[in-house]
Parts: sequence; C-alpha cells; structure tokens
Amino acid sequence: MAGPRKPKSLAFLCRRSPWGSGHAAEMLEAILIAGAFDQEVHLAFVDDGVFQLVRDQRPELLGRRPLEESFRELADLDVEHIWVERESLDERGLDAAELILGATAIDRSAMTDLLARMDAVFGA
Amino acid sequence: MKLTILVTEAPFGGQAAATALAYIRAALARGHAIERVFFYCDGVHNANRLAAPPGGEANLVRDWSSLASSDGVDLVVCINAGSRRGLREANLAPGFRISGLGQLVESVILADRLVSFGA
Repeated sequence: MAGPRKPKSLAFLCRRSPWGSGHAAEMLEAILIAGAFDQEVHLAFVDDGVFQLVRDQRPELLGRRPLEESFRELADLDVEHIWVERESLDERGLDAAELILGATAIDRSAMTDLLARMDAVFGA
Repeated sequence: MKLTILVTEAPFGGQAAATALAYIRAALARGHAIERVFFYCDGVHNANRLAAPPGGEANLVRDWSSLASSDGVDLVVCINAGSRRGLREANLAPGFRISGLGQLVESVILADRLVSFGA
C-alpha cells in the first residue's frame, strides 16, 4: 500500500425493491457520499433492485422521498456509471425505456465481469 | 491484510452481526488488521447500550465493546442511520463512536478489502 493512492473502483450492488424496506434509500445515501470522494463509482442494479430505476414513481403517497432526486444529484457528482441487468428487467416485464435516463442495460455476463474487476463491492 | 467491515443487520434478529464478530476475531488471530467496523442501516442497533438480553443469551453489544477495548478496533456508527432508529451519543455502548458515512468510504479506500455482513 505504498506510493500515491490511485482512485478505487467502488460498486454498489442494488438488489432490493425501492419501498419494501428502507434499504434502497439508505444505500443511495451512501452512494451520494462515495460520489463526493473522487473515486470511480459504479451502480449495479439487479434482481428487484431494477424497480428502483423505474420512472415516475409516486412514493410521497407512502411518505417516502423519491429516489429520482438522488439519481439527479449523482449526475452532478459525475457518477455516470449506472448499470442495469437486462435479464432482471426481462424477468420482471420491464423495458429499458421505462427507466430513468442514464441507466445502461447490460447482460448478466457483462455485469459479472464488471463486479469482478471492482476494488470493492457494497452489497445493497 | 487490512480489512474494513460493514455491518447492516441488528444483533438479535439475524445472524449476520454475530458472524461479523466471529470473522473479525478469526482475522485478528491470523494477523490481519481491521481498519474499521462501520455499522449502517439496522446494524446501528449493535451499539445500543440499553440492550439487555435475558440471562444465558449472547450479548453482542457487550462483545463488541470488549473487542474495542481488547484489540483497539475502531467501531463507528452512522449518525443518520442511528438518528432514524433512536440511537444517539447518550445510549452508545463503550468503545463505539458516532460519525458520518464519509468514515465508511474513507476506510474502504484505505483498506485492502471490504467485507459486508447483512447486505
């Protein structure tokens, strides 16, 4: 661990639906902080986590804050790597066109490769 | 190797926190270093000194405190996650401190590995 530190690649693996628990909101909070540290931050949405990216949700009906606001803040922090697994979308009848802007659909094997080359993966 | 540990589950409701503690003890016994243990989400309950399990049951809060005093492990509780769950300075068990999420990110940058329990 000697020498100047180069930025680390950090992935947040988001696997949970947005409103069934507080998990998605709290992980997004951690992602926003990580985004301020000048590291290479990636967001990886798989399984029910893909529902977090669906556009035009109205969580205020549940007394919750929309995740979309936080996703917009991420863009300001230059966190541009938002990946969503194509198989997870297909399994849930979702289309990439229904998602917030900026999410890129990749297939499962590409997702696996991405996570394998990260310095650290936050399970979320 | 330098390890950062993330705990996101409460001490009694699940197994993850107890497994994290056992993992840390094993890592220390093998000569690894713990950069920091960060308690997030329901993991903040691990730091509540008011927890009082019935006699004969494990007391994980006390076990974390003794890990801090015996091995000097840095135990950090997320202030936002704690506030949401009624955990604050006044009911913090010995050996824990309250700070922000930046402490999690910083320790991941400094460590060789991040190991998560309860994700």
